[in-house]
Amino acid sequence: MSFFLETLAGGLLAGVMYALVAIGFVLVYKASGVFNFAQGAMVLCAALTFVTLRERGIDLWLSGLITLAILVALAVAVERVVLRPLANRPQITLFMATLGLSYVIEGTSQLLMGASVHELDLGIPDTPIELGPIQLSQFDLAAAATAGALVIALSLFFDRTRIGLSLRAVADDPGAALSIGIRLQTLWAVVWAVAGFVALVAGLLWGARQGVQFSLTFVVLKALPVLIIGGFTSIAGAVVGGLIVGASDSLAEIYLGPLLGGSVSTWFAYVLAVAFLLARPAGLFGERAIERV
Amino acid sequence: MPPVASVSALPGAHPVRRALVPTLSARATMLAILVTTAFAVPAVASDYWLNAILIPFLIMALAGLGLNLTMGYAGQASLGTGAFMAAGAYATYNLLLRVPELPLPASLVLGGLVAGLVGLVVGLPSLRIKGFYLVATTLAAQFLIEWVLNQYPWFSNYASSSTISAPRLALAGYDLSRPGGRYLLTLGTVILVTAVAWRLVRSQTGRSWMAVRDMDTAAAVIGIPVAQAKLKAFFVGATVCGIAGALWAFAYLGTVDARSFDLDRSFQVMFVIIIGGMGSLAGSFIGAAFIVLLPILLSHVAGIVFGGAIDGGQLQNLQHILFGGLIVWLLIHEPDGLSALASRLWHRLAART
Amino acid sequence: MPDPILELTDVSLAFKGIKAINALSFTVERGEICALIGPNGAGKSSLLNILNGVYRADSGEVVFEGERFARIRPLQAARRGIGRTFQHAALFGKLSVLDNVLAGLTRHSRTTLAEHAFGVFRDRAETAEFRDRAEAILAFLDLSAHRDAIVATLSYGVQKRVDLARALVGRPTLLLLDEPMAGMNQDEKRAMSGFIAQARAEFGTTIVLIEHDIGVIMDLSDHVVVLDYGRKVGDGTPAAIRTDPAVIAAYLGTPH
Repeated sequence: MSFFLETLAGGLLAGVMYALVAIGFVLVYKASGVFNFAQGAMVLCAALTFVTLRERGIDLWLSGLITLAILVALAVAVERVVLRPLANRPQITLFMATLGLSYVIEGTSQLLMGASVHELDLGIPDTPIELGPIQLSQFDLAAAATAGALVIALSLFFDRTRIGLSLRAVADDPGAALSIGIRLQTLWAVVWAVAGFVALVAGLLWGARQGVQFSLTFVVLKALPVLIIGGFTSIAGAVVGGLIVGASDSLAEIYLGPLLGGSVSTWFAYVLAVAFLLARPAGLFGERAIERV
Repeated sequence: MPPVASVSALPGAHPVRRALVPTLSARATMLAILVTTAFAVPAVASDYWLNAILIPFLIMALAGLGLNLTMGYAGQASLGTGAFMAAGAYATYNLLLRVPELPLPASLVLGGLVAGLVGLVVGLPSLRIKGFYLVATTLAAQFLIEWVLNQYPWFSNYASSSTISAPRLALAGYDLSRPGGRYLLTLGTVILVTAVAWRLVRSQTGRSWMAVRDMDTAAAVIGIPVAQAKLKAFFVGATVCGIAGALWAFAYLGTVDARSFDLDRSFQVMFVIIIGGMGSLAGSFIGAAFIVLLPILLSHVAGIVFGGAIDGGQLQNLQHILFGGLIVWLLIHEPDGLSALASRLWHRLAART
Repeated sequence: MPDPILELTDVSLAFKGIKAINALSFTVERGEICALIGPNGAGKSSLLNILNGVYRADSGEVVFEGERFARIRPLQAARRGIGRTFQHAALFGKLSVLDNVLAGLTRHSRTTLAEHAFGVFRDRAETAEFRDRAEAILAFLDLSAHRDAIVATLSYGVQKRVDLARALVGRPTLLLLDEPMAGMNQDEKRAMSGFIAQARAEFGTTIVLIEHDIGVIMDLSDHVVVLDYGRKVGDGTPAAIRTDPAVIAAYLGTPH
């Protein structure tokens, strides 16, 4: 029983980290209607920039600030140069554009900063601690706590501030939002900047956990099933989706994997997501639009 | 003004159509010259040209053509191309191995059809969902199939690390194992499949695909069986990709494992059609030429400019930047790809003569 | 002697609790041109969407050709002979005019995927037959000059005619036209009215259409149904409707 609980808890902690990545997607999707495939490349870019600065001996906080500045500039530039000219195109075109973009960001990051694996130490010890009957990694707990705090902060930001309310208006009806005088340009810039910030936090946490390397971009592949299950438009959905994916992934790995004779983690979340998708095509928290002809 | 034309008006006597005829026959002549030249190539081309450029170009074009049918013509976006190619390669391998009486073309076609059936299953969710939700379900297939082929050694006849190698390639007593033979096998297959695809996209099936792509609600209302059209598009597209996968394994690389058909391959084929042009058969070839030639060109240029001071990893980064940048640029400025640019150029030239 | 092709009884439809159509009943006779009129939001387009299965009525009964259908899908409706044009034309934008019209013949196709792929058996004959039928409709609607044009490049008025051609080529028994003359000038409207009247005369098609221009309706239709907020407020011949006090109060009298 305690083994089951440990697996579950470990999965849920990982799930919070998935949720963190997924929220980056949700924000951009709500504001611009794009599934931003380049979010994964942004995570890599953030971690790589940060770790490169640190290796040059630059102070922890200063490194963080510089990286954040670069990420925000990158995000805003992406919005300007790529997405604005593509406004009103089919969603799938936008998706393909962000796919191309992720190649550019990832290629540039590695061209400038190298492709070798970097260690990233955030100063959080990685020793197991006992919680009743189960043992959990201290780092995972800290990472989940950080991610959780960020999720709450973002929810508050988008629920309570003027910008957040505008975002909801835009997500509901871009035309109406325009007519009540919301400056879309400002809104987009803010949202993309926040997405850059989320990428930074995700990049640091994931980078510290598994080393800063190219495979960081794969977090986008982990986040996609999370989004499908939770819906593309809901922060709460991303959190719930992340927890579902994290927990079921690690449980499947332990209990289903041996039955099938190998690791199932490459595909399990996707098959689960497809099952959800067929049952609820708009996700758990999404709304289905009425089609008009 | 009331309509006066009678219902029995004879079709065909229209100036626009007559004007089109010389262009069409000019195109046909050019195509005939191209095909003849293509068959004569092995007489003059070096093995490097065949192995490193022409064979991968033709196979990428074929894979692009397969995805183009599903995505470019029928509008059903898919990132399962790698999986379909893998299914075709492994199915053909097992047919060649376990049913040696079958001639090579039959194994290729049957292997392709197995991939087609896989595609049919992968396409089932398209009946309920669209857009990148659909992309996500094709990703599920991509990961699952790669895993299955790695996990169960039966598919690779219990070879270590699930690699499969080409058996002796022969057709009607002719050995096709040398580069020239593999090239001709690839070329013949590509020409036949392209001819079938050309017929198909101009048929009622192709029209149904494009109708679903352009306006699916209206398509159903005017009597097009939308679900059937989508499934057919997945089936035919995956069949073509499957044949391409088998050729990739046996006519190009010789030995492959499931990782040769990973998600990166799916991306690559999608780039072929974005660059070449979605909804254009010629676009698949133009895009494939681009994808195959650009890296070679780049490494030559880098070799000259930097004199070997640049390593392979950096070259790959440069490639990624170029491809990614080109894709973004094309999507913004020329959503119909290079084939649209080419056809505009062609029309300008034709107008001048 | 009455010969109804379409009978609606107490049909209702709501979106998120708002009634778009409220207990609507009326009958369309075979071979007539029936106009649905009413202000924007009266539920006219929703009604057409119910008739060919894009929406499903929450309650009530629709009987078409003596057969009751509770839950018809768009494809089944088309196969049973219900044709349709759209308010915004909804053409296949990247296809030529000819291809759009040919797509309208799909329900008559008897050939299979393999026949299409290899151009064998019935494929050649069917291709030729479809081509002739499409050309005939193009000539009938005066569209032959636009045959090879990509529809997205055509003017709105021509697109509406292509939409009509695409619906008409399949020889529907009932044809639903959603604002076939919207956005047209008087000449274009007159031409379109002519085409609609001619289509009925030539093919015997029963037509239900939505239109705002009262003048056009009075000339073209045999039967008018007036809707307001999803309810029927008038039903009769154009002459009777013109003098119906309830209709005048609800619709004709108020500027919109």
